[in-house]
Amino acid sequence: MSQAPESLTAKLIPIYIMGKRYEVPETLTIMKAIEHAGYKFIRGCGCRGGICGACGTVYRRPGDYRIHVGLACQTVVEPEMVLTQIPFYPANRASYDYATMEAVGAAVGALYPELFRCVACNACTKVCPMDVEVMDYIAAVKRGDLAEAMRLSFDCIQCGLCASRCMGELPQYHIAQLVRRLYGGKLAPATDHVDAMVKKIADGYYQQKIDELKKMSVDELKKLYTAREQEPHQAPELWKAKSAEGL
Amino acid sequence: MPYPEELKKLIKIVEGTRAERVARKKAGEEVPFLSLEQRKERLKHHPDFQEEGRRPLKVGASKGYAIAHEFADLLEARSRIDPNKVDLSRWDLETDVLVIGGGGAGSSAALLAQEHGAKVLLATKLRHGDANTMMAEGGIQAATKGDKDSPYYHYLDVMGGGHFTNVPELVERLVTDAPDVIRWLKALGCNFTQIEDGRLATLHGGGTSRKRMHYAADITGAEIMRTLRDEVRNRRADITVLEFSPAVELLLNEHGACAGAVLYNLETETYQLCKAKAVVMATGGSGRLHVRGFMTTNHYGATGDGVILGYRAGVPVSFLHTVQYHPTGVAFQEQAEGILITEKFRGAGANLVNVDGQQFVNEREPRDIEAASIILECTEKRKGVPTPSGKTGVWLDSPMIDMLEGEGTVKREFPGKHILFKRFEIDIAKEPMLIYPTLHYQNGGLEFKASGETKIPGFFVAGEVGGGIHGANRLMGNSLLDIVVFGRVAGASAGSFVKSKPRDGKLSLEHVSRYHAELEAAGVGMDRVAPMVLPDYTPADVKKKQWTAHYEGTLR
Ligand SMILES: Cc1cc2nc3c(=O)[nH]c(=O)nc-3n(C[C@H](O)[C@H](O)[C@H](O)COP(=O)(O)OP(=O)(O)OC[C@H]3O[C@@H](n4cnc5c(N)ncnc54)[C@H](O)[C@@H]3O)c2cc1C
Ligand code: FES
Repeated sequence: MSQAPESLTAKLIPIYIMGKRYEVPETLTIMKAIEHAGYKFIRGCGCRGGICGACGTVYRRPGDYRIHVGLACQTVVEPEMVLTQIPFYPANRASYDYATMEAVGAAVGALYPELFRCVACNACTKVCPMDVEVMDYIAAVKRGDLAEAMRLSFDCIQCGLCASRCMGELPQYHIAQLVRRLYGGKLAPATDHVDAMVKKIADGYYQQKIDELKKMSVDELKKLYTAREQEPHQAPELWKAKSAEGL
Repeated sequence: MPYPEELKKLIKIVEGTRAERVARKKAGEEVPFLSLEQRKERLKHHPDFQEEGRRPLKVGASKGYAIAHEFADLLEARSRIDPNKVDLSRWDLETDVLVIGGGGAGSSAALLAQEHGAKVLLATKLRHGDANTMMAEGGIQAATKGDKDSPYYHYLDVMGGGHFTNVPELVERLVTDAPDVIRWLKALGCNFTQIEDGRLATLHGGGTSRKRMHYAADITGAEIMRTLRDEVRNRRADITVLEFSPAVELLLNEHGACAGAVLYNLETETYQLCKAKAVVMATGGSGRLHVRGFMTTNHYGATGDGVILGYRAGVPVSFLHTVQYHPTGVAFQEQAEGILITEKFRGAGANLVNVDGQQFVNEREPRDIEAASIILECTEKRKGVPTPSGKTGVWLDSPMIDMLEGEGTVKREFPGKHILFKRFEIDIAKEPMLIYPTLHYQNGGLEFKASGETKIPGFFVAGEVGGGIHGANRLMGNSLLDIVVFGRVAGASAGSFVKSKPRDGKLSLEHVSRYHAELEAAGVGMDRVAPMVLPDYTPADVKKKQWTAHYEGTLR
């Protein structure tokens, strides 16, 4: 319904879905083109917005030996492209006890000894549709630099294409997920202001104020709402409100 | 493709007024916010307020309540299964708590139910994490900075955003649990963006009086989703995940309590009965119903299934007459149409600008006001910018952000969108984006209490599938919050419910038979089937040639 208009007007081009030729409007993404051809997705389609990693696609162009990659939901079709989706690729994931696990490179290595089978061929980085420096974050994990590995792997959407191409048979994206969690919960600076607020609420500091608000008529609430002081857009982090009401 | 010549010319006009608009912003001279009276006037241009788009329900617990036709069509529809043909004396799966839906709400619920001692089965439609949660970019609200903010202000903001129609008990729970949710997520390893001294970075969002939007670069939802999913996977001894297995009907038992669900394996097309002592419904929203033909930001599986299932079992719906249109969806590049441009762009200072290069609304109004203002600008006022595909939009002036916050800010703070547009040869740090409202969020849904309970014993609700927290309009950043707050609440409640040894009894689909009888008596809907499960994007000419295919609704 929502997709009809483009296909009525645009020029048709040939693409090869798993080797079979279809004519599709040239403006479509690979995902919409596959649907246009008559497929109904069960696998290979999730968010349709470039973030869930369901739709990893590899393709070749005529006369070009290279492998190209893209997310089907984000990549526009090209004439004569030969494509297939890789909606799933088996990869081992190690379970771990997050609460007790130590945030050091050696602990990651113990869970994933195959880390050291990386031969630095860079196939993972080349195949990543998100331009993540996969090989570099694996190298950072091996060095024990979890902060760097977390930073380098942050845009990973876990489509699994890296694991499908790896000579060392690593599950890179699972390793990266583990490392990001170790960093976020155990190595990133503490956030005392959050803990302080949690405690204040648990101690009932705001309860009376909230109870009052809950009982108020809409008109009373509207008055308070309209009069509430706004933190200006350009205010510094340590901005202080004029009124201490409700704080 | 880059902007065509006609649009480049129009961009010059935007550039012409930019320096002055930046100067005004720096001086704190903003376009004034609308008064509550003016808001009411403006909202008349919002699609929710146009009566022809909705109709009263003819059956069920909320009979007489008028909602969008697209939703009413599914509520007034028969089950995918014939209740008389199902052998209820045996079942394929058994668990303490069945969680339906593997998004943020469902995953939080699974974790908490497990922590309360329950064995959990999480059944989800696509892959675990293929969900609206994964797509959230902008952030998650919480009053964590006691020196300038508090649950009191958060409460006021939520109520004002929802036009004071929200359910107070739900709002209280939302704002008072919020800081603990941030603590919990961080403790599980979520990487929220931090400033030098370790404090979490926070921004404004539409309708916030204090900067309380926490974020993880511009993939906040993905960071939360993948962290929760990873933890669920760690607990596989107690939590089993079933993918590509949507629930298509609830099971009750002879005592009227919820007792599981019928699951449908999308790949083998087989049905399975799952018996459970408690069920948490967490199926998320319904953007893929394309209400009023609008584009949507939602994931492929957002077809409102949970509302259909719960309603058939007897749970009323509320606030379902309001639908949230996100003010800023991509209007040009056609292949990216409908994709969300996070509100954080406006929070960071980007103006909304019409074809004359003029700002026409403060960019920090609540979403429905922004959407109505854009629609008004493009329709009655005729100040919209024409797109090459014959639609209209307005400019979101992203280059202002670099001028306000320093060169490189757009690229650093919005890497996802920067890359997306770079693929089209557009640098959004230098050129504005063309946007139009897009279907985004289901404000209403199944009625539930602050404990996650519903009127059916053993049936709990969490996340976008529920209604009441946000009243008639949700503010940005309060949904990611809501799903974790109420996901945890529902999981804990379901876990405790199981411990209280609820009465076991014979499984029943009586409620479905009764619903069918009601439909027949009202003379509606027996020719339609629901839930939809997946939207229909197969072109009509293809379908015509599928000579031997049989469609049950949108599924073959
Ligand atoms: C593009 C986008 C950006 C957003 N940005 C923000 C933001 O910045 N801040 C904010 O607070 N909110 C934001 N939101 C809203 C927020 O992300 C969602 O409202 C929220 O994540 C919903 O969570 P949920 O767990 O209820 O549903 P979901 O995350 O959608 O999860 C529901 C799950 O249930 C599954 N399911 C559906 N039907 C069935 C069935 N019949 N059986 C089994 N499983 C089923 C779905 O496939 C899905 O996996 C955004 C939403 C979108 C779409
Ligand atoms: S469908 Fe989610 S990344 Fe393409």
